[in-house]
Amino acid sequence: MQWEVGSALNIASILAAVIVIAAMLIWVERRLLGFWQDRLGPNRVGPFGLLQVVADMIKIFTKEDWIPPFADRFSFVLAPTIIMIVVLLSFSVVPFAPGVGIVDSNIGVLFVLAMASLGAYSVMLGGLSSDNKYALLGSLRAAAQMVSYEVFMGISLLGVVALAGSFNLREIVLAQEGGWFVVPQFIGFIIFLIAGVAESHRLPFDIPEAEQEICAGYHTEYSGMKFGMFFVGEYLGLVLISSLITVLFFGGWQGPLLPPLVWFFIKASCFIAFFILLRAAIPRPRYDQLMSYGWLFLLPLSLINLLITGVVILSANQM
Amino acid sequence: MSDPIARPHSKSFFAKFAELISDTLTSQVVTLWRVFKHLFVATDTVQYPEQQPHMFSRWRGRIILTRDPDGEERCVACNLCAVACPVDCIALQKTEDEEGRWYPEFFRINFSRCIMCGFCEEACPTNAIQLTPDFEMAEYKRQDMVWEKADLLIAGTGKYHETNFYRVAGKAIGGKDKGEARNELPPVDVRSLLP
Amino acid sequence: MAKITVDGVVYEVDPANNLLQECLSQGLDLPYFCWHPSLGSVGACRQCAVIQYRDAEDTQGTLVMSCMTPVTDGGIYSLAAEQASDFRADVIESLMTSHPHDCPVCEEGGECHLQDMTQMSGHNYRRFDKQKVTHRNQNLGPFINHEMNRCITCYRCVRFYDDYAGGTDLSAQASHHHTYFGRFEEGTLESEFSGNLVEVCPTGVFTDKPFSAQYTRKWDLQTAPSICNGCSVGCNITPGERYGTLRRVVNRYHNEINGYFLCDRGRFGAHYVNSESRLRSARDASGMSVSTTAIEERISEFTSEAVIGIGSPRASNEANFALRSFVGAENYFSGHSDAEHEALQVLIECLRDAAFHSPSVRQIEQADAILVLGEDVTNTAPRIALALRQSVRNEAKALAETSRIPNWQDAAVRELAQESLSPLAVFACGSTRLDDIATTKLNADQQTLIEASNALSERLAGRSPAYSQQTLGTTMQSVEATYTALMSAKKPLVICGTGAGAALMRCAANIARALSVSRSEVCDLVLLPKEDNSVGHALLTSKENTLSRALGRLANGEVKRAIVIENDLFERAPTALVKNALAAAELLVIDQIETPTQRYAALSIPSATFNECEVTKVNYEGRAQLSFQVGEGCDAAKPIERWLNVEGSAHSNSMIARCAAEASDFESLIDCLPDPLGRIAGLKVPRQSHRYSGRTAMHADRNVHEGKQPVDDNSVMSFSMEGMLTQKDSSVLASAWAPRWNSNQAISKFQAEINGELKQGHPGVHLIKRSLNGQAYEAENSVNKNLGDFEIRLVSHIFGSDTLSSHSPAIQKRLCDAYLALNKEDALELGLANGDFVSLGGAEDSIILPLIVRTQTPSGVALVYTGSSALGASINPHDLPESASLARVESEPSVHPTGLGLSNLVVNDAYSGAH
Repeated sequence: MQWEVGSALNIASILAAVIVIAAMLIWVERRLLGFWQDRLGPNRVGPFGLLQVVADMIKIFTKEDWIPPFADRFSFVLAPTIIMIVVLLSFSVVPFAPGVGIVDSNIGVLFVLAMASLGAYSVMLGGLSSDNKYALLGSLRAAAQMVSYEVFMGISLLGVVALAGSFNLREIVLAQEGGWFVVPQFIGFIIFLIAGVAESHRLPFDIPEAEQEICAGYHTEYSGMKFGMFFVGEYLGLVLISSLITVLFFGGWQGPLLPPLVWFFIKASCFIAFFILLRAAIPRPRYDQLMSYGWLFLLPLSLINLLITGVVILSANQM
Repeated sequence: MSDPIARPHSKSFFAKFAELISDTLTSQVVTLWRVFKHLFVATDTVQYPEQQPHMFSRWRGRIILTRDPDGEERCVACNLCAVACPVDCIALQKTEDEEGRWYPEFFRINFSRCIMCGFCEEACPTNAIQLTPDFEMAEYKRQDMVWEKADLLIAGTGKYHETNFYRVAGKAIGGKDKGEARNELPPVDVRSLLP
Repeated sequence: MAKITVDGVVYEVDPANNLLQECLSQGLDLPYFCWHPSLGSVGACRQCAVIQYRDAEDTQGTLVMSCMTPVTDGGIYSLAAEQASDFRADVIESLMTSHPHDCPVCEEGGECHLQDMTQMSGHNYRRFDKQKVTHRNQNLGPFINHEMNRCITCYRCVRFYDDYAGGTDLSAQASHHHTYFGRFEEGTLESEFSGNLVEVCPTGVFTDKPFSAQYTRKWDLQTAPSICNGCSVGCNITPGERYGTLRRVVNRYHNEINGYFLCDRGRFGAHYVNSESRLRSARDASGMSVSTTAIEERISEFTSEAVIGIGSPRASNEANFALRSFVGAENYFSGHSDAEHEALQVLIECLRDAAFHSPSVRQIEQADAILVLGEDVTNTAPRIALALRQSVRNEAKALAETSRIPNWQDAAVRELAQESLSPLAVFACGSTRLDDIATTKLNADQQTLIEASNALSERLAGRSPAYSQQTLGTTMQSVEATYTALMSAKKPLVICGTGAGAALMRCAANIARALSVSRSEVCDLVLLPKEDNSVGHALLTSKENTLSRALGRLANGEVKRAIVIENDLFERAPTALVKNALAAAELLVIDQIETPTQRYAALSIPSATFNECEVTKVNYEGRAQLSFQVGEGCDAAKPIERWLNVEGSAHSNSMIARCAAEASDFESLIDCLPDPLGRIAGLKVPRQSHRYSGRTAMHADRNVHEGKQPVDDNSVMSFSMEGMLTQKDSSVLASAWAPRWNSNQAISKFQAEINGELKQGHPGVHLIKRSLNGQAYEAENSVNKNLGDFEIRLVSHIFGSDTLSSHSPAIQKRLCDAYLALNKEDALELGLANGDFVSLGGAEDSIILPLIVRTQTPSGVALVYTGSSALGASINPHDLPESASLARVESEPSVHPTGLGLSNLVVNDAYSGAH
């Protein structure tokens, strides 16, 4: 079979790779956090603790898969599947390397944004169906947070789109042959980075599940594999955001000497590691701080960024 | 992250923006850098059990009952450890030998509840109950975590070598009559007319 | 009311009292030792020093002992002033110089007034480095431990034991810092109230010996308010339970009944619940154990045909009522002996009679002229005897009043009064333990007592009585003296009891009625039944349903089945009669302990003891009181009403409600229950203190997984520490504790004022309405006896005459063998000496008893003590003839000697000399 975008081999190996990487991230994160906290992290199961993931999986699969009697069964089961599905679907438009990808869509950026909006349903349904006050609070926070940050996540990308002249992610990568968009779109990059963290509600923006305040937020009542799906969904989100940053701002697979896929992997890994560092170092803001920061600081900033980009592009075109 | 918006609108936008950059964003970046540097710092983890940790003598681990320098049980079953215990994991019953010495008929610690806080040791007026640096007491069955007096009582004096409650207290026991404790006069002869 | 200022705060206080008492009444924390709310002030310990200011300008003030300082209107005092608090700290430091530092091995530790006061005074570190004075202890018998080193010489013990309770064998010896409190020689403390030393002593000198053997700190005891089942007074007690067994009983203050003191039967008798003789599992006639379901089936079979139910005076109202509704009122019979039943009818008639009033124990203490007729109160209702000892001091108090000495000046009042006593006339057969305070003593046989009583009522009615020839002298004098005393008294009181017999009770009623008529006011009359719920049981039983009728119906086969609850019929009716009846019947016995009756039972079923169920009982006044469940106790035992499974029995409250609704006279029983609205936020009252320890370890030897705490559906109390603490404004007082007050002296924090009503008290309700206008009973005719025969009179002893308490191991050490007592002259005439065996009646199968010479026995009377059934060494009192000829025999006595002999016998008139 050939390496061709959309081929069955492509689909299968991307799916497998993404899920395996997401699962491995559990181990990677714990070890990295360990090192940053002057500990070792999980190092007992298998070489370097690599099989910790397997152990965790066995545990999570064999746990009692319990649905609380007071929960709304249908949406309770539906919620964790949504997050998995939408994140995996987002991966379909990501161009990993020339010939490696699932769909070469003209509306790739829009598709990713659309999927991200759907992700909010997962969290909301999960929280609402649990019939638990912590879950409800968590889902309220999640809905507000995801809806807000989506706005400037989208706006922050418009600069890139304008520069590349396309919504097609593969074309955006190709447009960076002369230089990564991170240079002209540095502000856009920062905004996207922050919004990405907020979208995947990773620390420090894990306000919807802040366990010190509201137990475990929207997934308080979840256990077993359903909890596992939320868990893996979060890591998938992490991989997705890192991949998107790579694609949109850091030239995707492009790089000298090494094969394109390796370049992509290296770049994405750096961002994954950066996200883990964020978790290790930065404390969680208050909920109202998060909201006012987004609406009153990031939104104007992204609009200004878009305005300047537009002015520069238009004036460059006229010259 | 601090809240630049909620502050009083006394400063100009640019002043606030500069402050945001300098105070908050910079500090976050510095934090990130400092934490990142720990990747290259040696870890503190002790690789137990291959590597044995150094236990200090005042470590609060497994609880023992000790004996006084005469080799007798120090515990006088006063119940103070039990009442000090925040998880109520000590139960005992007082009994007495023919010569008036108090000791516990049974003394039970439910280690599956014990939090090794050491309050019992602090409460003990006779230094009988002591915590030791041994912490390796895991069991496969929880029931095996219930220790009786026979399991707790050791042959020696533990950490405190001198304490001997009955040599101080005025109660007469076998081998120590009235007036023989520390700082005591011989018993009064009630019939005596002498002052 | 007077106004005083203490540390800048103005209080309204009672000027009749001393400053210490009023400070405590106001809830202030002021240390004290020698003062006791019942014993008054002597100013011995110097611990309660405060500063008294002359007026508002005075800044210096004078140091005074608050217990010796009368409250004056407008007085200004300071407890917190530096001189006062320093002085108190110095005093306690001196008191502690010889303290043995043995709190961990002291039974008082954790509820010690000395510990509390030391903390309160701020003496923390020992500075005295000289040597400590030590003392040797004495063995004071099976009740009390002695540890003299702990003494702080407050003198409370001798003031209680000698001055208050009339004991003679405890004294203060030696002087200065050698002062010793003990007996002249080692031996059992003789007073019936020795157990109170445990609570009176502010330190650990006198401690509870049976409790020490199974010692538990106060905070570890599960406690609930309960009622003593030792006699008919109904003293309030707090039993403590740990690891499923009863550990001890302490006094629970009740301002109208027991106050601060109990008798030793009540304090040490409750241990029967842990004893060997407890019926622990159900068994059938062959002694095989029976399962609960089999019992329930068997009991339900009993509903099919007529069943005779025999109730019990030691079972609760609910148990008796349940049996009555199970068998039907016409088949429900008295568990009293016929004589007792007849006597109780008199008692109940008098309780209904508007001419009389049943005084509470507190009111008995206020009586200033008393006639005790035929009843040996010290041995049948000991707490009342203690009250009588206070009532004779009313003369002293009256004298003090004329000399303007306040009552609380205890030493001064005693000094002033010397030997003056209020009149107490004791008309009895033989010596009683109250003889030492009796101003008039008539010691005579039954006939003379009846004659004297008749004469007295005649005299009181204003007629001149006729005396027979031989009784003229002393009897007339006694009657005249008593007449004068009763007529000139402000609050006269007549006491009799079922122990004296129905005849004398009628006489007592006649005397009281004559008194009431001639003084045209209600007269105090106390009639004492024998057992804790005699009155309740008698109220539920119809007059004609006597025990002998029940036994007759069983013996002639009229009814085939019978249920006996908590009763040993061999103590209630002649042996032959009982055997006949029981042999003919299919018998079901429900009892707490093993009794000879159970030998005839097809099924013996264990019932719950007083501390294992929530029930009500009726005392001698007709006062119903609620007794809470303390702990779970014996697994197999259930309350009788639950065994019988009558309607409403599943729940104590509903059973009490049903009893109140259906039984006549019990209408107000429902008021015994604590007001459900009194519960704060719907919370229960915990039986365990907030310091209760060992919860996760006490049962861990059996199962490391702690079960759920048992739930008490029946009660406002919980079997855990959850709920509204007693020390807050809860409705029930489980155990007295207040911050800084760990000892039982904390009770002052729960009283409305010192010696006043308990804020959390359940005083009980008087069941019986006095609506009857009764008539005087016909004058009793004396019984004729054969010339030369001895009249047989039964005597009671505080230890041994009560069934349940006799099973207590501690009490058993105080029991003695059955005996027959004669006076010296009669014994000489018959050629008998101490220890000889005497046969009653001379026939071959007659009863043989060892003889003891009691010098006060009236001539022609033989006093018989039937021994204790608890040791299996008693004779059935109903087998005794009313009179018999006595003869010395060589053969063995009818009851096997228990080995205890008569050495434990405490009587005033034992004769030890040779002839």
